[in-house]
Amino acid sequence: MSGPDNVVWLGALSFPKAARAALADGTLRANLKHATGTIRDKRLAMTAELDDWEQLRDAGAALKKRTLRHLDTYLRQLEESVTRAGGVVHWAADAADANRIVTELVLATGEREVVKVKSMATQEIGLNEALAEAGISAYETDLAELIVQLGHDRPSHILVPAIHRNRAEIRDIFQREMGDWGRAAPTGLTDEPAALAEAARLHLREKFLRAKVAVSGANFAIAESGTVGVVESEGNGRMCLTLPQTLITVMGIEKVLPSWSDLEVFLQLLPRSSTGERMNPYTSTWRGVTPGDGPQVFHLVLLDNGRTDTLADTVGRQALACIRCSACLNVCPVYERTGGHAYGSVYPGPIGAVLTPQLVGVEHAASLPFASTLCGACYEACPVKIDIPEVLVHLRARVVESKRARLRPPTAEALAMKAARMVLAKPGRLRAAQRAARLGGRLLARDGRIGELPLPSALNGWSASRDLPVPPAETFRGWWLRTHSSSATSVKEARSDDA
Amino acid sequence: MTTRELVLARIRAALADVPEQELPERVAVPRDYRRSHADGDVLELFAERVADYRARVRRVGPERVRELLAELLAERGVRTLVVPPGFPEQLLPPGPWQLLSDTPPLGVAELDAADAVLTTAALGIAVTGTLVLDAGPGQGRRALTLLPDYHLCVVRAEQVLGDVPAAIAELDPARPLTFVSGPSATSDIELQRVEGVHGPRTLDVVIIDSGEA
Repeated sequence: MSGPDNVVWLGALSFPKAARAALADGTLRANLKHATGTIRDKRLAMTAELDDWEQLRDAGAALKKRTLRHLDTYLRQLEESVTRAGGVVHWAADAADANRIVTELVLATGEREVVKVKSMATQEIGLNEALAEAGISAYETDLAELIVQLGHDRPSHILVPAIHRNRAEIRDIFQREMGDWGRAAPTGLTDEPAALAEAARLHLREKFLRAKVAVSGANFAIAESGTVGVVESEGNGRMCLTLPQTLITVMGIEKVLPSWSDLEVFLQLLPRSSTGERMNPYTSTWRGVTPGDGPQVFHLVLLDNGRTDTLADTVGRQALACIRCSACLNVCPVYERTGGHAYGSVYPGPIGAVLTPQLVGVEHAASLPFASTLCGACYEACPVKIDIPEVLVHLRARVVESKRARLRPPTAEALAMKAARMVLAKPGRLRAAQRAARLGGRLLARDGRIGELPLPSALNGWSASRDLPVPPAETFRGWWLRTHSSSATSVKEARSDDA
Repeated sequence: MTTRELVLARIRAALADVPEQELPERVAVPRDYRRSHADGDVLELFAERVADYRARVRRVGPERVRELLAELLAERGVRTLVVPPGFPEQLLPPGPWQLLSDTPPLGVAELDAADAVLTTAALGIAVTGTLVLDAGPGQGRRALTLLPDYHLCVVRAEQVLGDVPAAIAELDPARPLTFVSGPSATSDIELQRVEGVHGPRTLDVVIIDSGEA
C-alpha cells in the first residue's frame, strides 16, 4: 500500500531511532514544551467553560459512528447533492489517482500556479510534489505551511505544522527564502510574531490577487445539502475559497457528515479542542457554485487512500472519526518530547500512531503503535472520544501477528519471553538471575544508566530504545533475608523451593 | 469497474459487520447537550465575547446609528468605502469618503485598494462572539468583506442568537456562509495569538439596540 505519498515519508527512520535524535535537540524540546504547554492551558480553559462538554463529545462520537457505519450511503448522497448544486465529484482510490485528477484539472485551466489552503489530505498524497512534476507551482498560504514550505522542511504538527520552529528561526527563513518565491521579506524584519505575520501578508497578497486556481481540503461536507466547509483562522482560506475562478477540494471520504444540523456539535467541539478558542476566526461554507460569488467551477475529489482498509478493522476504524483538531498531540508526553518529525509521517502524535499504520498497512509503520506510553491523555482530550490506547494495543497485536506471519523462526521477542518464563518459574532461578544482573549491570552501566547494548541487530530492538537504571547493589530478596532472617518463615518456605 | 464503484465496493466490503437492514438512524446519537450556553443578557454576552477577540463593539439606539458609523469611519481615516448592494439607505452615514457599490462588480485590485467595507450580517452568536454573513442584502458577495482591511458590521439586536445550535438551525446551507469571530488571526508562531493576517485586520461591530435609547 505504501505508495509515492507522504503518509509515511520515504527513508524515514523507525520511531525509536528518530526519537533519539529529536530528544538530543535542545532547541526543539524547548520550542515544543513552550508551544504545547500554551495550547494545553487554552484548551482546558475553553472546554471547562461548557458544563456539557462530555455530552457534546458523546454526540460527536455517535455522529461519526453513524457516518462510518453507513459511509457508502452518505457518500452517494453527497455526490448527488454536490452535483445538483453545480459541482463536479471525482473519486480517487489512492494518492496517485488523486494527484492525477488534480493535475489534469489544473492543466485544463491553462494555469501553471495554484494557491493552497492548508490541508492534511493534500499533504498526505504529496500533491505539491506531484504538481511540481507537471510544472505547476503550488503556493502554501497558511502561515505555518508557508514557513514549512519556505524552510524546505516537513510539517511536525497537524494544526501548527511549524510548531518545531521558534520566532528567530522563522525570521531567518523569511529573510533567506521569500525573495526566491515572490515578494521579499521587508528589510529590518524583526522576530516579533506580529511583524512575521505582516511579512506573510505582504508576501502572499499578490499571489491571492492573481490566483486563478485554488486547492483546498475540507473539514466537513454535508451529505444532505452538499455544503462543504473549511475552518481556519488567518483568512488565507477565505482568499483561496473566494477569489479564484476554479476551486479543487480534496477530501478524505470519512469527512462527510449526514446533516447540516450536525454542525451544531462539531462547531462547538473543534475550535475549543483545536486552537483553544470559543470559535475560530473564520469558517467558510459553500455549496457547489454560487453565480456571481466565488469560484464558478468547483471540483470535489473524494479520497480513499487506505481509508477503506482502516474501515475494515472493527477496532481500528474509530480512528476515521478524527476531526484533525490535534488536541491529542498537545497533551501527549511522548509528542511533547520528540516532536512530530520522529513519527516519520504527515500524521504525527497519538492519532498518527493509530492512523498511519492503518492507512499504509502495519508492516510499513510497525514502530508507531509502540510510540506511546498508553497513559490515556489522548483519549481524555479527544473531542470525538477515539479510544486511542485501545487502538494502539490492538495494532501492537497486529504488528506482532504480521511479523510472525512473515518470519518462520521465532522472533527475538518471543525467545525473550520464553526465557523470562523459565527464569520466573522458580524462585532460585530468579535469585541467580538477579545476582547475575547485579554484577553484569554494573559492568554495562555508564552514568548510572544502561544504554543501548552491543547486541546483534535481531536482539537489540528492546535495548536500543530503552535506558535502564543500574540494578541496585542489593536485591529486595537479599535485603529481606539480611534484615528478617531470624523470624521470616515465608522466606524459609521460599528457600525450600530452591532447586 | 470505475474508481467510484471500486471505492463504494471497498466500503461495503469493509462494513461486512454492519447488518444490511440497519438504517443510519438506528445508530443512536445522544442529544442531551445544551441547546444554549447563554445565560442572562444575550446582547451583553455577545458584546463581551466579540470584544474578547479584540474587535471593538458598540451598542446604540436606532436613531444614533448613522452618527456612530460616521464617527467610526472617520476615526479609522477611511477614504474609500465599499457598501454592498441592499445596505439600508437610512443607515448609510454621511461623510467625505468615496462610496464603492459593487454594481457592476468591483475588480480585486479596486477591492484591495479600498480602505473599508460596511455591511449588515445574517445573524450573531452570543456565546462564541460570532457574526455570520450569508451574502444577503447589505452583505454582498464574499470577496467584499475579505479584501478591505477594515470591516465595519452592523447587526440588529434581534439578530443575535444565544448559541451555535440556534444559529445552525436558522442558516441556509445553500448560501455561501462566512462565520466571522473577531479579526483575522494566527497562532502559528509559538502558538501565540496575533490579530491580523490576511483577512480584515480591524473589525468593529455596531449593535442596534432598540431597547436602549
